[in-house]
Amino acid sequence: MSLERQELEDLKSKIGRDPTSTEVQIVAAEWSEHCSYKSSKKHLKMLPMTGPSVIFEKGYDSGVLDVGDGYVVTAHIESHNHPSAVEPYGGAATGVGGVIRDILSTGTRPIAIFNGLRFGNIEKDPQARWLFKNAVTGIADYGNCLGIPTIGGEVEFDECYSNYALVDVAAIGFGKKENLIKNHANKGDLVVLMGGSTGRDGIGGSQFASDSLETEDRSAVQIPDPFIEKLIIEAIMEARNLHLINAVKDLGGGGLSCAVSETADTMGIGIELDVDKVHTREPGMHPDEIMVSESQERMLIIIDKQKLKKLQDICKKFRVICSVIGHVTSGNLVHVKKGKKTFAKISAEIIANAQLLDRHSKKPAYLKSIQKEKKLDSITNYSKIMITLLSSPNIASKSWVYGQYDHEVGIRTVVKPGQDASVLRLDNGKFLSAKIDGNPKQCYINPREGAIGCFEEACRNVVCTGARPIGMLDHLQFGNPQDPEIFWTFLESLKGITDFAKFFQIPCIGGKVSLYNETSLGPIKPTPIIGVLGLIDNTPLIPKKINNSDCLVIIGNTKDELGGSEFYEYIHRFVGGNCPKVDFKESKRNMNSVLDIIKKGLIKVAHDCSKGGLAVAVSEICMTNKIGCKISLENVPGENLPPDRVLFSESHSRYLLVLDKKNLKPLENLLQKNKVSYNTIGRFEGNRIQFNVRKKSLIDLSVDKALKVWMNSLENLIIHG
Amino acid sequence: MKVGVVVFPGSNCDRDMFHVLTDVFNLDAQYFWHEKGLPKNIDAVVLPGGFSYGDRLRAGIIAAHSPIIKDIQKLAEKGVPILGVCNGFQILVESGLLPGVLLKNNSLKFMCQWTNLIVENNNTPFTCQFKLKEKIPIPIANGEGRYFVDDNTLKKLKQKNQIVFRYEKVVNGSSDKIAGVCNEDGNVVGMMPHPERAVESEINPIDNKPSSLIFESLLNTIGVEN
Repeated sequence: MSLERQELEDLKSKIGRDPTSTEVQIVAAEWSEHCSYKSSKKHLKMLPMTGPSVIFEKGYDSGVLDVGDGYVVTAHIESHNHPSAVEPYGGAATGVGGVIRDILSTGTRPIAIFNGLRFGNIEKDPQARWLFKNAVTGIADYGNCLGIPTIGGEVEFDECYSNYALVDVAAIGFGKKENLIKNHANKGDLVVLMGGSTGRDGIGGSQFASDSLETEDRSAVQIPDPFIEKLIIEAIMEARNLHLINAVKDLGGGGLSCAVSETADTMGIGIELDVDKVHTREPGMHPDEIMVSESQERMLIIIDKQKLKKLQDICKKFRVICSVIGHVTSGNLVHVKKGKKTFAKISAEIIANAQLLDRHSKKPAYLKSIQKEKKLDSITNYSKIMITLLSSPNIASKSWVYGQYDHEVGIRTVVKPGQDASVLRLDNGKFLSAKIDGNPKQCYINPREGAIGCFEEACRNVVCTGARPIGMLDHLQFGNPQDPEIFWTFLESLKGITDFAKFFQIPCIGGKVSLYNETSLGPIKPTPIIGVLGLIDNTPLIPKKINNSDCLVIIGNTKDELGGSEFYEYIHRFVGGNCPKVDFKESKRNMNSVLDIIKKGLIKVAHDCSKGGLAVAVSEICMTNKIGCKISLENVPGENLPPDRVLFSESHSRYLLVLDKKNLKPLENLLQKNKVSYNTIGRFEGNRIQFNVRKKSLIDLSVDKALKVWMNSLENLIIHG
Repeated sequence: MKVGVVVFPGSNCDRDMFHVLTDVFNLDAQYFWHEKGLPKNIDAVVLPGGFSYGDRLRAGIIAAHSPIIKDIQKLAEKGVPILGVCNGFQILVESGLLPGVLLKNNSLKFMCQWTNLIVENNNTPFTCQFKLKEKIPIPIANGEGRYFVDDNTLKKLKQKNQIVFRYEKVVNGSSDKIAGVCNEDGNVVGMMPHPERAVESEINPIDNKPSSLIFESLLNTIGVEN
C-alpha cells in the first residue's frame, strides 16, 4: 500500500518531515478514493441533504429521519464490489456486516436489509452464475444469522459486469430519538476496540477497492462472522440503554486508521493508542498491519473511564472481547505507539482530509451514435416473445433469491418481497416503505435521464404501497474517474439525481460513491442506484384479491421510449434508442394522484410499470393473482405508436391500478380533477392474459403457463445452467 | 402465570416471541439468559428461534450444553409445558428432550416461505384448542429443518402419538412430512415453523386464527390468573 508521488510530497510538506512507514500506511488508507471521496466530494455537495425530518449528528455514517412520536429511522447504503468479484460469498456477507454496523453506530437497532446485485450474463457465463449464487448465499447466511430480515432488492444481469460483480447493500435502523448516540468525547476518555480480533485479512481493502480489478488480491478480502456481529449488536444495544457510550464508530474501509482519524477529526480531539493492546488473531503483526487491517465485526468506542467496568461486564456476558487500546488527548494528534515506541504521530485533520481533486470531464464519444433508433425486425408471434421476456433473467421472478432470505424475522414485514416495495410496521403505528432501483441499460444510453429514471422508479414503487417519499440514498458506481468520459457520466447522473431530489424535496440522507469499477474487459456501464424511503401515516396498500370483472386502469402516458428496454436488449439484441425521460410535473401529478387514490381506499392493487413495459407489468399482476385479463391496447393513453412499442416501452411515471368497477367513477373524477392522463384498458376475467388491438388478438397466453415460466426460469438456469 | 423466554447467544426470535406472549396474549413473560437458572415455579418455557452460537458445528448442539438446559430438563420431567421453535426445536432435539435430528433441507438451501401444517395431535399444552387435522398457514425459515428419524423411531412416534404437526405437502424432505413432535408425556413440543410470525393479522397475509390457537392452548393449559 502506498501513496502516489504527488500525495507523498503533499504529506511531507504538510507535516514538515518525512513520514514514518506507519504514517504512510494510515494516510494512504484514508486518502484512498474509497475513504476520501477525493474525486467526487466537491460535486456531492450539490445534493440537497436537509429537510424538516432530517436529523444531523456529528460523525454518523448513516442518515437519520424523524418519523414522529419520538422515533427515528436510520438508513445507509454501501457496496462491496471488488471483494465480491473475487470471493462472492465473503465479499457479499461482509458488505452486509459493514452497513449494519453503520446503522448500529447511531444507537438504533438494524431492522431491515436490502440488496442490489449485478452480474454478467448468467445464461452464457458460468462464472457469472457462480458469482451470483454465492453472493446470494453470502447475504442470506449473514442476514439470517443476525435475525435482520432481508426484505427487498433487485437483481440484474448485463454483459458489462462480466468477470465482476456489483453488490450493493442497504440497511435500515429504527429506534427512539432519545436513544440516538450523540457522539462526544472528553480528554481522558478511554478508546475501546470491541468485537472480532484483528488479523491479516482485508489488509489494504480500501486501496484494493480504489483501483481497477486486474489482479485478484485475496488477502484484501475480509472474512465474515455474523455470530460475532450479532453479539456486538446486542452488547451495543445494552450499553446504549445504560448510556455508557460517548461515541462509537464502525471499523470499515481503512480499518483502525480511518476509524481513529475520522473520529478524532470530526470531534476535534486527539487519540493516543498502543497497538500492543489490540487483540489480534495471530502474533507478530506489524503496527502497519494492525492499523490498516479490515478484519470485520469491530467497533471503536469512546467511553468515560468510570463506565468502563459496566461495559466490560456487558462484553463478558456476550463473550465479546473489548480492549482498551488508548485514550482521548487534547489537541488533534493521532499518536500510534507500540509499547513505548512511537510509530505515528500526525494530525487527524491532515489524515482525514485528502486533497480533493478536480477531475476532467468530457462527453463520451459513444453517446453520439447510441441514441439513434434502428429499424427492427417485425414480430409475428407476440405470445412467444412474451414467454421469452418472462423467462429473461432480468424479468423472471426473483423468488429463488428472496426465498433464501429470512424476510419475516422481526415480525415487522407487512408487504413482503416480490411486490413493488416492501413495507415494515413501526412501533408508532406508522409504516415504512422502501425500495432500491437501478437501471444501467438506460444510464448507459443517457446517464442523466437514466439516473433520474432510477430515482422515479424507486419513488413509484414506494408510492404503490401508499407511502410518501421522505428520504433518499444514492449509490454512484462508475469506472475509473481519471477517464474524463467516465467522469462526465458520473457528473451527469449526479446532476440528474440532484434536480429530481430538489424538485420533489426528497433529501439525500446518505450515499456512497464507488469508482474504479472496471476489469481488463473495460468499465461497467454507469450504475447509479437509488434507494427511497417512504412513510405511511395510516394504512399501507396491501394487495387485495382481484375478482372477475375488476377494472385495470393505467395512469401516465406511454411514449416511444424503448432505449435500454428489455425488449430492445433481450429480444432484439439492440443497445440504443430513446432513453425514457421523466417529465417532472407529470411525475408529481401522477405520484400525488396515486397517493390520493390509495388514501381514499379506491383500489385493490397498484403496480409500477417498468422493466418489460406494460406487457410485463400486466402479466405480473395476472400471475401473482392467478387471474386472466383482457387488455385493449388502443385505449392506452400516450403517443400513437405501433403495438410493439405500446407493449414494451419503458416510459416512466406510469402506474397500473386494479379496482372494483363500482369505484371507477370516483376514481375518474379524481384523476380528471388532477388533470392526469389515464384510461381504463382492461377487465380481469378467466385465466388468460390477452392483449388485443381493436379486438384483434396480439397476445393470448394462459396464466398458468406464464406463471410457470416466470417462476421457474431463474432457478432452472442456476441449477441446470 | 409466568412464561420464560430463554435467550442464548445468537437467539434472534426472542424479542418477537416476547412481543407475542406479552402484547398479543397478555401473558407475563420474562427473558432468561442461558447462563441463569429458571425459577422452579415457572409455568411454561419457550425456546425461541435464531442461530444460537452461529449454528457452529451443528444447529443447536452447543446451546444444548448451556447451564439452563439442566433446569429445562427438570421442569420437563415435572410436566411443565415447554415449546421449542425452530432453533429452539433443534436445541431440544440436541439436548435429548425430544427424539430425532434436524438435518439440512434437501434443497441444501435456507428456506423462507409460507406453508401449511396439519395438526396431528391435539393433546398437548400447545395444541389442545385445535381440531385434529386442522390446517395452519404458517411461515418456515430455516436451513437445517429436515426432521429425520429412523424407521423404528418413526414407528414408536406414531404409536405414542408423538407427531404433533405434519406439513401438508413435502417441503424439505422431513421423515413422514413431520414438522413438529412432542415427548412421550406430551408436555415438551418442538416445531420448525414460526407461530409467533403468524398470529397478527397485520403481518399474516392468509389467516392468523389457527396459529393463535397455539398460544391460546397454552393459556388454556396454564390457566388465566392475575
